[in-house]
Amino acid sequence: MRELCRTLVHRLAALFRRRHLEDDLDAELRSHLEIAIERNLRRGMGPEQARREALLDLGGVEQTKEIYREQRGLPMIETALQDLRFGFRMLRRSPGFSSLAILCLTLGIGANAAVFSWIEGILFRPYPAVIHQEQLLALTGTARGEAGATALSWPDLLDLQRSCTLFDSFIVNKIMGTTLSIGDRAERTVGSIVSANYFDAIGVHPILGRGFEPGEDTGRNAHPVTVISYQLWQGRFKGDPQVIGKTQRLNGVLHTIVGVTPEGFYGTFVGWGMQFWVPASMEEIFEAGGYKLEDRGARWIEAYVRLKPGVTREQGQQEISAVAKRLEADYPDTNRGRGIKLWPLWQTPFNNAGTLLPTLEIMLAVVVFVLLIACANVGNLLLVRSLARRHEMTVRLAIGAGRGRLLKQLLTEGLILSAFGAAGGLLVAHWCRHALVLLFPARAGVRMHLPGEIDWRVLALSAGVCLVATLLLGLVPAMQIGKLDLAGTLKAESAGVVGSRGRAWVRSGLVLVQVSLSFVLLVGAALLLQSLQRIRTASPGFSTHGVLFTAVDLVSAGYDAQRAQNFQDELINRVKALPGVESATFARATPLGYGSFSTTPIAVDGYQPPPEEQPTVQYNEVGPDYLAVMGIPLVSGREFARTDDEKTVPVAVVNETMAAKYWRGRNPIGERVQVKGRWMQVVGVARDSKYQSVREAPKPFFYVSRRQNFSVGGGLYIRTPLRPETIGMSLAREVHALDGNLALYEVITLQEQLDRSTSPQMVAVTLVGILGGLALLLAAIGLYGVMSYAVSQSTRELGLRMALGAGTSNLLRLVMSRGLALTAGGVLLGAAAALALTRLLGNLLYNVSPRDPLAFGSAFVVMMIASLAACFLPAWRATRTDAARVLRD
Amino acid sequence: MPPSKSEVLQGTLDLLVLKTLDSMGPMHGFGIAVRIQQVSKDLLQLNQGTLYPALLRLEQRGWIVSKWGVSENNRKAKYYSLTRAGRKQLVEEAESWDRMSAMINRVLRAS
Repeated sequence: MRELCRTLVHRLAALFRRRHLEDDLDAELRSHLEIAIERNLRRGMGPEQARREALLDLGGVEQTKEIYREQRGLPMIETALQDLRFGFRMLRRSPGFSSLAILCLTLGIGANAAVFSWIEGILFRPYPAVIHQEQLLALTGTARGEAGATALSWPDLLDLQRSCTLFDSFIVNKIMGTTLSIGDRAERTVGSIVSANYFDAIGVHPILGRGFEPGEDTGRNAHPVTVISYQLWQGRFKGDPQVIGKTQRLNGVLHTIVGVTPEGFYGTFVGWGMQFWVPASMEEIFEAGGYKLEDRGARWIEAYVRLKPGVTREQGQQEISAVAKRLEADYPDTNRGRGIKLWPLWQTPFNNAGTLLPTLEIMLAVVVFVLLIACANVGNLLLVRSLARRHEMTVRLAIGAGRGRLLKQLLTEGLILSAFGAAGGLLVAHWCRHALVLLFPARAGVRMHLPGEIDWRVLALSAGVCLVATLLLGLVPAMQIGKLDLAGTLKAESAGVVGSRGRAWVRSGLVLVQVSLSFVLLVGAALLLQSLQRIRTASPGFSTHGVLFTAVDLVSAGYDAQRAQNFQDELINRVKALPGVESATFARATPLGYGSFSTTPIAVDGYQPPPEEQPTVQYNEVGPDYLAVMGIPLVSGREFARTDDEKTVPVAVVNETMAAKYWRGRNPIGERVQVKGRWMQVVGVARDSKYQSVREAPKPFFYVSRRQNFSVGGGLYIRTPLRPETIGMSLAREVHALDGNLALYEVITLQEQLDRSTSPQMVAVTLVGILGGLALLLAAIGLYGVMSYAVSQSTRELGLRMALGAGTSNLLRLVMSRGLALTAGGVLLGAAAALALTRLLGNLLYNVSPRDPLAFGSAFVVMMIASLAACFLPAWRATRTDAARVLRD
Repeated sequence: MPPSKSEVLQGTLDLLVLKTLDSMGPMHGFGIAVRIQQVSKDLLQLNQGTLYPALLRLEQRGWIVSKWGVSENNRKAKYYSLTRAGRKQLVEEAESWDRMSAMINRVLRAS
């Protein structure tokens, strides 16, 4: 063993001292010969004979050296180095080919690396500052009969924490938007309500001050403390080292700053960067709906858990399900039909991981396609070159190189290409790290944060991709060597025929693959585009034009209910008086906003729920004329008026689905519904509309009168044909006239609100569109290459045809038809593949069949146009063939 | 083509070189070759060139070391000498050679 190591060290060292060792060997053999000649002379030979005998005894200087060299270094590495040097020389000699090939590979590998890095940074390692992310799982509630996730209640979470043994910690993290005031400057910002164990459990240690202490998440409004982010500390406090102990107003309540988080920590919500954290005890300041820490029916929490080492998700889920079952039995009023569920981090349903997951999955498939197309392109280029290098290869074979040795050389050249491609690709990925954020529409007060992460896993995957590419690239010319015919290569080169079979089938096959792959991508892009259009033009059930939305933050200004109500009444009066305004009203939650509707258990006269079900319905607290302002049609009855106030009987308006579900065809008007223990009279039925997502199925929903269920927060809806920027100034003036300290939020149209809620679809369309275009371009280049080559190789045939009287149009048709036949074949293959594959888009498609003929048709048209363009130049060149010259040659 | 001499000899050549250096002290390559031919009564028709890879192999394993020196006729030559590890190796190999040849002898006599 020791000898083996020593030998290896010697041999390795020899690689670096070749020149010296070579001289040494020379000197040694020379001295050997001299001594031998001397001895022979002494034995009485003549000088000539003495020399000859000495050489004979030695057995040849060069042969000796060659055997010696093999023993000295590491021949494998030496030939590899030799191949590398030679490969580089070959690539430098044809810079056009090399740069085109490297560009193709850079795009192919870069697209892969970028998507890998997004998947890593968004789905798998979303929180770089958090320790042991692999043990983290997301925790949500579930409701029987409903897909997806619901929020959790605080008492349920405490019970889980007390009863479960397989978890290190339960981490509450509920994000909320709020108004942050420091000194006299106020702005919208985003923060998290967290449990007191938050910073300890995720292993993030504040760089200044402390995290939260145990017990700070208990007691109603008992602990007005906050930890702020590094960015906030730098931005608003100029990195003041004395910041601990200072105060800032959050939603109007003074909070003492107790800590600053390290740089690079953005909280634990994929997509948005948090600016501050407050303990759960302060929940009431930030959340609508009152004090909820003791209310088991109030579901508002999002949470993570950390598994104990060695515990699987299934084991954890079993334990949690058992506790949920017990809670269901102990608290039927609030928990009937409720479960609790663990999710892998990458499927987290409550942040942008969930919304981006389907997009990223599709992207993964798409970039593999792009890579294959790029490889096919480079393969084609290599093939052309290997034909041009047939002479070189033949000569090498003739002077005794083995086919294996040639294969090694070709693989080495492939490796050089793909290594350059990989390096370029990683550069591309590095530049695209933050590109996802750019695709999302900006919104005031939110700091989007969707970083790609290029870590060793991404590097390893890219290296893997690079190796696969190398093999693919090396294989193509290798197939040619296999068929190399030593004697036949000196025959004439340009005697081919345009449509000839034989070697050309490999190249045509590659183009076929390219065309079909890019056709699949085009179909995908067309489907997504159509789906986006349908979403954008689908009626959400309310007017998207002619309605503006804005808000005034009364909570942070410290308004109580009475003052807020007076202010809102007065503001409505003033806004209605503005020129161009038709109507205006307040409502608590915004449709298609981020998780904003209240949920309540209900009871309905004459409706007996199944034993396992606790009817729970979402609702909104709206002002007079809300339905009219929003353009939601009233089916029957009336909507709320100013007279529906504290002094009159509580009233509700239900939507059609709710009417159908709970009154089963009876007219609900005049009937009673119990909401949070209070009976209300149904006075109207409204048409269904979309509440949280454009893609949701119709669901029961109802409205209550804002005056009878008042909360200070809420938004202002204005029906007017005016643009936001036109009316913004006068709105702000009216608000200031009422209270100089108040600021208006941004004014947006409901269309804008709709667009924001469909941004994941938008992102998918953009990305697939870009990559589909790239694929199309690569395929067109491939087709162009093949046709150009075919034309250049068949000049004799073309010349002959011309001599026999073929006109320009004949030749054009000849070449074009061959190119278009290739395209048509590719499209057929691609269409078959697309029919099988587009189902995978399912989740991203809205109201579009995965086999939509329009999408397939438009992809076909685009493909045909691209291939016409790609074939035209070679065809035109064919018509310029100089018949006389070609035939003479 | 029959197997080349160097292949046949590789194992035994190592042993012969070690033994030669052991009994004669430091020697240059030509000297070793001549000595082996003399001792084997010219029965071993050694291509002197094959000696050098063998010397390199022994050196790589740490059994011999080489140093440039001056020959008796005032010529520059590379001298090889045995290391302690080489001496140990020689004893081991000689023993196993003895065992092997004794066994082969027994087998040949028995039949």
